[in-house]
Amino acid sequence: MSPVFYLISAITLAGSLAAMLLQRTVHCALAVTVAFAGLALLFLSLDAEFAGLVQILIYIGAVAILVIFAILLTRSAGAPRGEVFSPHWKAGVAIAAVLFVVLGGALLRSIAVLPHETAAPAVTMRDIGNAIVGRYVLPLEIMALLLTAATIGGVIIAVLEIGGEK
Amino acid sequence: MHGALAANVDQIFILLRDWVVSFLPAALRPFANAVIGVVAIIGVFPSMFALVVVLERKGVGRIQNRYGPNRVGPYGLLQPIADGIKALIKEDIVPSRADALVHFLAPLVLLITVFMGYAVLPVGRNMELVDMDAGLLFFIAMGAATELAVFMAGWSSRNKYSLLGAMRAVAQMISYEVVLLLSTVTVVMISGSMSLPRIVEAQNRYTGVFPNWYVFTPWGLAACVMFVIAGMAETNRSPFDVPEGESEIIAGYHIEYSGFKFAIFFIGEYLAMISMSGLGTTLFLGGWSAPFSFLTWMPSWFWFFAKVFFCLIVYIWIRGTMPRVRQDQLMNFAWKFLLPFTLLDLLVTALWRFMGEGWLRWVVTTAILVAAWVLLGSVESRRRHFGPRRYRYAE
Repeated sequence: MSPVFYLISAITLAGSLAAMLLQRTVHCALAVTVAFAGLALLFLSLDAEFAGLVQILIYIGAVAILVIFAILLTRSAGAPRGEVFSPHWKAGVAIAAVLFVVLGGALLRSIAVLPHETAAPAVTMRDIGNAIVGRYVLPLEIMALLLTAATIGGVIIAVLEIGGEK
Repeated sequence: MHGALAANVDQIFILLRDWVVSFLPAALRPFANAVIGVVAIIGVFPSMFALVVVLERKGVGRIQNRYGPNRVGPYGLLQPIADGIKALIKEDIVPSRADALVHFLAPLVLLITVFMGYAVLPVGRNMELVDMDAGLLFFIAMGAATELAVFMAGWSSRNKYSLLGAMRAVAQMISYEVVLLLSTVTVVMISGSMSLPRIVEAQNRYTGVFPNWYVFTPWGLAACVMFVIAGMAETNRSPFDVPEGESEIIAGYHIEYSGFKFAIFFIGEYLAMISMSGLGTTLFLGGWSAPFSFLTWMPSWFWFFAKVFFCLIVYIWIRGTMPRVRQDQLMNFAWKFLLPFTLLDLLVTALWRFMGEGWLRWVVTTAILVAAWVLLGSVESRRRHFGPRRYRYAE
C-alpha cells in the first residue's frame, strides 16, 4: 500500500466522518463533496481515468450541486441540526457491521473465485466507447428512455403547478 | 521544411527543462519534470492575466470612446501592479455572521480548479504538462467543480443578494455546461480521440497552403460558435454576467469579499477565460499549428499564444459591444436554441464523416446548419407575452 493510497483514504474517511458529525446541513453536503473527491482520486490512482473523471464531473459537478439545492430549497439550511447522534444508534451500528462483513467477505473471496484477473487492466476510452455501443447498447437505449421520461416528468410537474393555481 | 535551428527554437523550453533536470539523479527526474512544468504554468498564465487586464480596460475604454487607464507606466501598462498592491493592502472584511471557513475556502477552491485546467492544454509541440487519454474530459470536469466554489462563496456570505447571485450563477453554469460539452463532442468524433495533443495533431495538416483546422469546416464553425458562447457563459463573462453584474445584483456572489480574496476571484475569472480560450484554440483553431504551410518554421508555442490572444480580443470586443442578457433570456437561449442546435450539429458532423470527400458534403452540411439556425432563431424570437408574476414556494 503506497503512501498516496493512505493519504487519499484519509481524505475520503475525513470527508465521510465530517458529513455525519457536522452541525449544519450545508457543511455536511460540502463534506460529502470532499468524500466524492477522495473517491475520484482513488479511481485515478488505479488508472481508471474515465471512472475518476466522470466521478468528478457527475458527482461533484452535478450530484453535490443537486444535494445543496435540495437542502437550500427546503428551509433547513440555516438552522443547526441539534442532536447529531440519533437515539437508534445501536441498530445503525449493527446494520453497518453486517454490511461490512458481507462486503469484506465478498472482496476477500473474489481473489479465490477469479484467479486469472490481472491487477490493473488497461482500459482506454476507445474500449469503453466500443463496449457502450457494442455489447451494452441495450442499457444505453434504456437509459435514453429513462432520461426522456425524467425530463417529461419534470415538465409535467412544473406545468401542473401553474395549472393548479388558476 | 524545418531546419535544425527552427526545430530547436520550437522545442527550446523542453530542451531547457531537460538540461536543468539532467543535474538531478535519475530517480528524481519525473518529479522534477512535473515541478518545473507546474512552476512554468504558475509563472506564465498569471502574467498573461496581468496583460489581459490592461488590454481589457484599454480595449473596453476605447470601445466606449475614452482612454483606459493611462497614468501608471507608459500607456497604463503597469496598471496591474497598482491593482495588485491595492488589493493586498485593503482591509479583509469578513461579515460577523458569515461562515468563516467556507468563506475563506471558496476563492481557493475556485483558483485551484481553474489552474488544474491548464494541466492538459498543449501549449506547443510536446509541451503539455500531462498527456491524459481523456484530457478533454478532465478539463470539463474541472470546469464543473468550479460551480461548487461559486456556490460556496454565495452561501457562506449569509447575504440574500449573494445567495441569489450564486444560485443564478450555478443555474447558468449548469445549463451552458451541457452546450459546452456537446460542442466539443463533434471534435472528438472527427479526430477520434479525447486526448488534446492528438486533436491538435489531427489538425496539423495542410491542403495546399491552407490548414485543416476544424473551424474551417461547416460543422466546426457551428461548434466553435456554440463553444465560444457557452464558454463566455461558463466563465460568467459579459454579456452573461448577471450573477456578478454591478447594477443588477450588486456583484452577486462576491459582494462580501474585499481585498485580496476579491482579487483571487478576479484572477480566477480571468484565468478561466484564458483557459477556455486555450481549449477553444486547441479544439477548433488548430492549437499550435501554423496558419499557412509556409509559416511552420515559426515556433509552435508562438502560434498557440497568438491564437489565444486573438480569442481573448474577441472576448473583450464582445464584452464592450453587447448589453447584458437577462436571466430568463439567458436560460431560454441555452435550452431552447443552443442545445437543439448543438445536437443537430452532432448529427451534421456524423453526416460529414460518413459522406465521402468532395463538394457535396460541404453543400449539404452548410445547408442543414443554415436552415436550422434560421428556423430555430425565428421560433425563439417570437414576441412573448408576460402575464402577472406567480410565486411558488417550497413547503
